[in-house]
Amino acid sequence: MEDLSLHILDIAENSIEAQAKRIDIRIEENHRLDRMILEISDDGRGMDKALRVKALDPFVTTKTARRIGLGLSLLAQAAKAAAGKLTLRSRPGRGTKVRATFELSHIDRKPLGDIAQTLATLIVAHPGLDIRYVHQADQRTYVFDTRDLRSQLGGISLATPQIVAVIRKAIQEEIHKIRRTS
Amino acid sequence: MPKLTIQDLEKIREQARRGLVIREGGAFKAKINVHMGTCGIAAGARTIMTALMKEVERRDLHDILLTNSGCAGLCSQEPMVTVELAGRAPVKYVNLTETKIQEIFEKHVLGGTIVKDYALGIGSEKTDY
Repeated sequence: MEDLSLHILDIAENSIEAQAKRIDIRIEENHRLDRMILEISDDGRGMDKALRVKALDPFVTTKTARRIGLGLSLLAQAAKAAAGKLTLRSRPGRGTKVRATFELSHIDRKPLGDIAQTLATLIVAHPGLDIRYVHQADQRTYVFDTRDLRSQLGGISLATPQIVAVIRKAIQEEIHKIRRTS
Repeated sequence: MPKLTIQDLEKIREQARRGLVIREGGAFKAKINVHMGTCGIAAGARTIMTALMKEVERRDLHDILLTNSGCAGLCSQEPMVTVELAGRAPVKYVNLTETKIQEIFEKHVLGGTIVKDYALGIGSEKTDY
């Protein structure tokens, strides 16, 4: 994966595969602590201990767990390369929370990438999914929530690419604003 | 929280008035499924999806459904999409680029002609008795 926004898309697709109806994405960039945190939580079916262990191992994976295995181990590798780590919290029936940390200024930390494109892809392909995106860049925070959007749009489906294009541009601008001086 | 601006919402409502949006539960002329397993995403599936969104937006279409699915087991041939026109058999396209998907969109999705060069396989095997 070239950047973190692609990892986010990949992990979110895992959540959807696990029947999640809601996905919470949180990004924190803290220059004072030289830290970056990426969290993706879902309300999907969750994993038991055996699957949790398997999910992080790129080589031991069953056919049905194939997608889970590779994606998480790639994100773990990306975190490790930037002096961070990946933690996985999951229980059957209780959803899954993936947390990856990075040293913000680390030379091997992957760039954030195009978050707006990732969110737009998730929205257009899964219009019924609730996505909440919270991005904190030092003192500034941006929140995007599909539920607010849906109530603003009435009966118009989020599967409409024309609408997602407008949303994508709005997200891009807002993220650019909060990260501007950081 | 920062929301879409009033101008953004106005633009969306204007499109709704002109009937250019997909209503929930509407019918589709074509469904395009972008395969988005880890393999697909790493190979550029998001670029393909974005290119498709731009085609739909640019041409102001409102009967094309864009969706995605997981790994189809042909990871080395990603990015892949499946194009399904209403009432016709689905066709899988492999090793895609932005240019290829634009061509497929124009010829197959809009024109109804399968782009054989990029399709996974079209009856190339023969059984001789």
